[in-house]
Amino acid sequence: MVCALKKGAFRRYLLLNLYMACLLCVELGRYISVSEYGLKSTQFQYFYFYSDAILTIFLYFALCTLYSHVFSEMKAERYVKLGALLLLAGTALFTYAVVQQSSAKLVTHFVVELSQNLYFVGVVLTYVLWGAILKLRETRTRLIQLVLSLGLYFSFLAANYAVRNLYPSLHTVFIPLVQICGIFLPLAWAYAFWRLPEEARLVPARLAVIPR
Amino acid sequence: MMAAIILVCSVVFLLQFFVSYSRSLIAASIKHPLSAEVQDVTGIKDSASGEDFDRVVQLLHLCPDRPEDRNGIQAIGAYFGLLGFLRASVARLVPSLLAWTETERGQCTYFAAVTLERRIAFSRDMFAQQLES
Repeated sequence: MVCALKKGAFRRYLLLNLYMACLLCVELGRYISVSEYGLKSTQFQYFYFYSDAILTIFLYFALCTLYSHVFSEMKAERYVKLGALLLLAGTALFTYAVVQQSSAKLVTHFVVELSQNLYFVGVVLTYVLWGAILKLRETRTRLIQLVLSLGLYFSFLAANYAVRNLYPSLHTVFIPLVQICGIFLPLAWAYAFWRLPEEARLVPARLAVIPR
Repeated sequence: MMAAIILVCSVVFLLQFFVSYSRSLIAASIKHPLSAEVQDVTGIKDSASGEDFDRVVQLLHLCPDRPEDRNGIQAIGAYFGLLGFLRASVARLVPSLLAWTETERGQCTYFAAVTLERRIAFSRDMFAQQLES
């Protein structure tokens, strides 16, 4: 956020920066909660999962603004917003349908499940966006790095949740891993804002795993 | 079953994003010309070799750390490791892949050298500021 402010990119990537501000507040809240009630307390667990869901929804909308940047020349902002809202509503409905069948603590399980499902939706959407960047020959280096780092972050978290669902006994390993991975996104975005000028360009086709 | 599918898809996407992200970091620094001083220190003249990567990273650790560089060098270090793994396994069977991993490893070294140059410049600035004050 500070890097974006210093480089004059705060308003251009407003939602990304607001997400970072929100993340900072949540992390502070988590720290206070864990020092007040302890790591295994119900209060901390509730705070952790509810705040995680809010952050995920925030990040989902931040991703949608990246879509708007990529499709800015097509004037497709309205369609992106509409599509994002519909997809979010669809994910929420799907989650509710799954949770309703098998859960007593409906709201809490809904929040946890929604967050997990949104991570996966985020991965798929970021991948589609990356495909669009390659197809449209988008060359803005900063935008490309923001998208790729977000894709890395989403896919790591989606994989992490999947492993935790498959092997619940491994949660002691994977929960701290999330915290370590959580540092990646702020650092990657700080690098993109600080190091790369808005006018920097590269050829995205050369970055693809299979060169185009 | 659902979790397994999500895991497989996520890991595949993770790898693709990781490779592309690492290459975007490298691409952003590859046009940066190295100063004569860094060329002397690292021994990199025209093109860098993957064999020099560890040495350049060791030199990098001698300079004061910069938070905004840390992420990049760690990502490239991991990418270099992945390339090393590919080189030692699949690339033995596919010669074109061997040449590709070699080029990529060389570019990783170049990225580390560019980061070294930035750190040296940063250290110089800090030193100059200390002298002024």
